[in-house]
Amino acid sequence: MIISGPSTRRAFIAAIVLGCTVSAAAPPRRIVSLIPAVTEMIFAMGEGGRVVGVSNYDRYPPAVESIPRVGGLLDPNVERVLSLKPDLVIVYNTQQELKERLGRASIPYYSYQHRGLPDITATIRAVGRQLGASDAANRLAEQMERDLDAVRRAVAGRPRPRTLLVFGRDPGSLRNIDASGGYGFLHDMLEVAGGDDVFADVKKESVQVTTEMVLARRPDVIIELHYGDAARAADFQKQLSVWDALPAVPAVRNHRVHALVGDEFVVPGPRVVDATRRLARTLHPEAGR
Amino acid sequence: MPGDIRGRMTVTLGGFGALLLAVMLVAPLAGTARISLARAFDRSQPFADNVDAQIFFIARLPRVVGAALVGGSLAAAGVVFQALLRNPLAAPETLGVSIGASVGAVLAITLLPDVAIGGISAVPLASFAGSLGALAVVYALATARSRGMSSTVLLLGGVVLTSFLGAMITLIQYLADFSQTFRTVRWLMGSLDVGSYSAIGAALVPLAIAAIGYATLPRALDLLSLGPEAAAARGVDVARAERVALVSASLSTGAAVSLSGPIGFVGIVVPHLVRLIVGAEHRLVLPASALFGAAFLIACDLVARTAFAPLELPVGIVTAMIGGPFFLWLLLRRPR
Repeated sequence: MIISGPSTRRAFIAAIVLGCTVSAAAPPRRIVSLIPAVTEMIFAMGEGGRVVGVSNYDRYPPAVESIPRVGGLLDPNVERVLSLKPDLVIVYNTQQELKERLGRASIPYYSYQHRGLPDITATIRAVGRQLGASDAANRLAEQMERDLDAVRRAVAGRPRPRTLLVFGRDPGSLRNIDASGGYGFLHDMLEVAGGDDVFADVKKESVQVTTEMVLARRPDVIIELHYGDAARAADFQKQLSVWDALPAVPAVRNHRVHALVGDEFVVPGPRVVDATRRLARTLHPEAGR
Repeated sequence: MPGDIRGRMTVTLGGFGALLLAVMLVAPLAGTARISLARAFDRSQPFADNVDAQIFFIARLPRVVGAALVGGSLAAAGVVFQALLRNPLAAPETLGVSIGASVGAVLAITLLPDVAIGGISAVPLASFAGSLGALAVVYALATARSRGMSSTVLLLGGVVLTSFLGAMITLIQYLADFSQTFRTVRWLMGSLDVGSYSAIGAALVPLAIAAIGYATLPRALDLLSLGPEAAAARGVDVARAERVALVSASLSTGAAVSLSGPIGFVGIVVPHLVRLIVGAEHRLVLPASALFGAAFLIACDLVARTAFAPLELPVGIVTAMIGGPFFLWLLLRRPR
């Protein structure tokens, strides 16, 4: 996960503008996407047929399995990207060197960065414009916004549990815990799902959390997000007993420590709607949906 | 004059011991959260409900004890490696034992995420095993020649082993999943939030063995600094002393790194600072460095925990921020 502060927002907007200015006039037909979230967006708007290359981390939708891989965030394989003769490359905002090389090859790129939940639908609309698929993109974005609103309404008026959203810790112990801070799409999803972030005051995407902070912040609910195979959910569930070391934490005492498994929690694409619904069901099981 | 040295021992160890005691008493009182000591020690409230008591006994106390053990072990290992290699720049990291521990931890995070043995996660256990693996290589290098160690061969071997193992870590990180790579990066930052007493208890076993080794070393280390021939001429069993020194310092390094992850600068800065105060005799330098290293790391961790509250800095940043400039100043001050 990329850690960034609000100050990069301006740079992001500038990068989108820049990405648009170097774009070709005709809609792109051969897209290489290094960003799993954007790959999912393009497929969800029905334009997956134009994707000719994806990153090593792309897993969804299943159709990506047959598309050539061109490296990842830190190791994009420029040679493979160029050999696919793309007319649009989706890059991460920090891939400066790749952007320069694409610029030299006169290949248009779209510069992307993870942000908050509203930025996901904004990105879908922007990518849709770039692809000449604005109608489909707007429909997708509006549907997502309606679905998120429905989640928001379903939990409205219910007590909002103070929640610790953990997205990483050392295996088998409570060491090196990383949790969502008061910024970014995980934080936004938690708020929509009817929880209050215990680290809402820390305006960062991620907070390095110690046992003392967990004890002092007293979360009512602890949710661990695990990326990867849903079949391993039972393993992750079993590992939750490490939290029993902190019995004064209300979440531990009231058996409200949960593990949620799935890529949708780490890929800020169209599936954030499913992720937010799962969070809401975990936080408000009585709301029943 | 044995009476004289006994007096200096008493003053030195008393002074550094008092410093450590003071730091150990103060450090658990402060942290990111504010707690009331009266409530923390209030037995009328059950422990399971007493947040102040849990912050004090579960979060802070193991952390202070862990910092003391790690700081003391690294500083003592630094003293011994500097004497053994006859090189003031030697540190616990020099011979590759520390990075061997990192390789073990990184492997465990990547391959054994769900394994725990006896309530202790596989990560510190694999980390300690990694340090033993690196020690085995270094030991083979050290004993390949029949007559004592060559400090040059050891240093060269250590440098090569360190960069080789560094490349292994990069390879593992490259092959791992993105989230696992991020976990390994976090581990490599080092952290004293040990979270349980069982990890500390496990680390005490190799540390106790190292301490027994250290106890036999001071006189031999004093004489070894004059050169192995001179030491042998004065009755030191050079080969044996060197092996004890190598194994003890490596065990304490491995135990420290497996407990906290790599934390730099303690093992190099503390011994030099202590030598400035107490002189070069190892029966003073070695215990004084262990005591001062413990106090130094507890104090650095106190800064790490409180300077940016409610957030915490990785303690390795604080030791480097204090240790780095200090060490450069030390080098500038002593032209040689």
